[in-house]
Amino acid sequence: MLQEEVRRELISILGSEHYKDDPQSLVTHSYDGTPMLQSLPDAVVYPSSTEQVSQIMKVLSRFKIPVVGRGSGTNLCGGTVPVHGGVVMVMHRMNQILEIDLENLTATVQTGLNTKQFSTHVESLGLFYPPDPSSMSISTIGGNIAECSGGLRGLKYGTTKDYVIGLEAVLANGDIIRTGGKLMKDVAGYDLTKLLVGSEGTLAIITEAILKLIPPPRYKKTMLAMYKDLYGAARTVSKIIENRIIPATLEILDNATIRVVDDFAKLGLPLDMEAILIIEQDGDEEAVERDIAIITEVCKSENADQVSIAASLEEAEKLLTARRSAFTALARLRPTTILEDATVPRSKIAEMVVEINRIALKHQVQISTFGHAGDGNLHPTATTDARNKEEIERVEEAFEEIFEAAIRLGGTITGEHGVGMVKSPYLEWKVGPAGMDVMKAIKSSFDPHNLLNPGKVFAKETRKRVVIQRG
Amino acid sequence: MNALTEKLRLRLDEDQLTNCMRCGFCLPACPTFAETGLEAESPRGRIALMKAVTDGIMVPDQAFEDQMNHCLGCRACEPACPAGVQYGQLIEQARDAIEDHKEHKTWVKVTRKAAFKTVFPHQERMKWVGRGLQFYQKSGLRTVAHASGAMKLFPKHMRDMEKILPDASGKGVVEKIGERHPAKGEKVATVALFRGCIMDVLFTETNIHTVDLLTAAGFEVVIPREQNCCGALHAHSGEAEGARDLARRNIKAFKAAGVDYIVSNAGGCGAILTEYDHLLHEDPQWREDAVWFAERVVDISDLLVRAGRSLDFSQDKTQGVAEPVRITYQDSCHLRNVMKSADAPRKLMRQVEGAQFIEMKNADRCCGSAGIYNVTQPVMAGQILDHKMEHVEATGASYLLTSNPGCLLQMKHGIDEQGLSGQMKAVHIVDFLHERMKK
Repeated sequence: MLQEEVRRELISILGSEHYKDDPQSLVTHSYDGTPMLQSLPDAVVYPSSTEQVSQIMKVLSRFKIPVVGRGSGTNLCGGTVPVHGGVVMVMHRMNQILEIDLENLTATVQTGLNTKQFSTHVESLGLFYPPDPSSMSISTIGGNIAECSGGLRGLKYGTTKDYVIGLEAVLANGDIIRTGGKLMKDVAGYDLTKLLVGSEGTLAIITEAILKLIPPPRYKKTMLAMYKDLYGAARTVSKIIENRIIPATLEILDNATIRVVDDFAKLGLPLDMEAILIIEQDGDEEAVERDIAIITEVCKSENADQVSIAASLEEAEKLLTARRSAFTALARLRPTTILEDATVPRSKIAEMVVEINRIALKHQVQISTFGHAGDGNLHPTATTDARNKEEIERVEEAFEEIFEAAIRLGGTITGEHGVGMVKSPYLEWKVGPAGMDVMKAIKSSFDPHNLLNPGKVFAKETRKRVVIQRG
Repeated sequence: MNALTEKLRLRLDEDQLTNCMRCGFCLPACPTFAETGLEAESPRGRIALMKAVTDGIMVPDQAFEDQMNHCLGCRACEPACPAGVQYGQLIEQARDAIEDHKEHKTWVKVTRKAAFKTVFPHQERMKWVGRGLQFYQKSGLRTVAHASGAMKLFPKHMRDMEKILPDASGKGVVEKIGERHPAKGEKVATVALFRGCIMDVLFTETNIHTVDLLTAAGFEVVIPREQNCCGALHAHSGEAEGARDLARRNIKAFKAAGVDYIVSNAGGCGAILTEYDHLLHEDPQWREDAVWFAERVVDISDLLVRAGRSLDFSQDKTQGVAEPVRITYQDSCHLRNVMKSADAPRKLMRQVEGAQFIEMKNADRCCGSAGIYNVTQPVMAGQILDHKMEHVEATGASYLLTSNPGCLLQMKHGIDEQGLSGQMKAVHIVDFLHERMKK
């Protein structure tokens, strides 16, 4: 519970309807999509404007109360778990599309806006917003920006960072800043827009965003390649790229994932295959047809058992939707799924897959692998049971080795989920001590009292294992 | 420890609670979340609350109880859940624990006992209700009640429901047409009709039409006289033991009939009938028979499409040709989400000559009826209905078809409320198909 004085001030800003500190509200804002993490806040607030957010931040900074901005709480790194208590700021009421500028092809939106709603609206205007995190039907634009969400189209179109060109945000002290604008070019000083994207709510509360829109592809085709051998599937990925083809989507699913996804979506996937690749190419018809023909050849040369093309857009969409459900669907095997996010250069995908299997076997844990193979972003996912402490420890040891392997292969500890709580002990492995110092200095210049999403990104304890980061 | 906490710990299935990954995929499917945008009003939120109670993080208070009751139980979250969490079971377990714990006021106790123990479980007593209602509607008492202002004693949502109740009957389908009906033409299979309790006194005609459609499609129809209420209202209101008792009696009645299928024409009833195996899974004496029963249950639309001989819906010209019409369809949540039947009714509607089927936006979303939800939670139900009616009106249909009596009444109410009675009517899909069938 917050001090009575703070409570009173917040209620006077928000109205009592939009300030909650009953047990029900606290419990339902104590978690996100990350397994096994939970921490109760002291209050939940629902602001309706940037001005209100600013007033709230002024009160909270005066009383040194921590705050966690929250969209829909779908992130997978513990990013919205209020681990230091304080206030959870839910952005749902700020969900307006403020402007679609057809002359500049930009959209200005409030950040509580649902990603899917935005994307659908833009499509109805004949435009395209490519970022498509798997959780997009639930997630918000603000959450996507805070976490720099990726998705199935990252390979060809990039991720959220590539479409955010301007921001309005409230700093810890309540000051409002505006960065970027409806500009394709802007080198006036440091690029604060890019800095805020992916800052996981630790630098500011982002309230508005200017997003870049692009013309939609005219044509697309989706195919399914099936493999009796996982290694062959993984190797196909780099072969496709080597052939100078960048598909819009290039996803890999291993056998366990194929099974659970099919159990959920009833697609009739081949259950006896060790892996499948879901590949989509879009663009002009002629180019797409040419690419698909080449990809088919590459798949066959890597011993694909079967290659098939989706008969309709509906069938293709079903396939992609099924893929998006993979991590939760794995809970059909065991109650807890711990989804990780190891990313390597795409030439190393096959090696990484082999490493993951070796490490899982060594620690006697079940780890299934699926992911955005085309951009090197794999999601090794342990299926376990949160109630079995001993097994959870083994899972954690295995993941530690997986992160080491990823870095050894020139990769990173997280490709699209963020550091949050779960990766913070490993961040130094990736960025090195000097990198950590710079990041910490940036944090303290934005938020000297560490009120914005404390306990994230920077861990108290860094894992001591020495790993030399190269290239 | 709070006594309710203890009860919830005992009842709630820990595996199901753990299985919820909190991914949030259920959120867009949930009607109460859509209305409020509040995490607590979502399946993920409600499961988190249940888990918080069993983990000792929160003590179940009034707000907790209210939230459990605020769920429509439409189960749209289940097909949306990649992890396959059985949310319907969890919410029933929570409500069962709450009900068990509750000290009701005397009048509530008396009413609940009358409804759940004295009337619903006895098919013959439902006839009294039917007769009483029939007397009320036909004797002039209804007119008096309306004219005298006596109805004003009831809250508005109750008055609204009273207005749209169809003419009740003191006789059910068996009393009217008998127990056994041979197939027309060569017999495809033998089916037993589940006639329902409310269905049988308020929609006796629909039951009769169901028999007609089935026999025309080649089924021999038996209507076991000994059958009872399905127990859905019991199960959804935290009266699990009452529901189990009814299940045992129904299984006994239908087992004796020895049929290939057990057919239902009410999504709400059909859904729980398919779950008798779950309801009785801890009862070694009945477990096997419950599986036998549950496996045979099928909705009328599904059975007609799946196993029946194709029906001719080009209504006999001599019977007076119906005008070409636009029709639309409101899914019964339980039919769609539990019995997994969404395609069959649409397929049948598309077969009707002269009827143009228009898919309504959000047809798959609950209409707010949800058993007795529209009576217990009138505010939320009203809000949901208002949004529903916007979509209904947008179809421009003159027939709004449904597959469940609760939805049908709710749609009638919605049409009435929006002043659309002049241009459209709500009809059970069976009645519509029957009317348009070539006899």
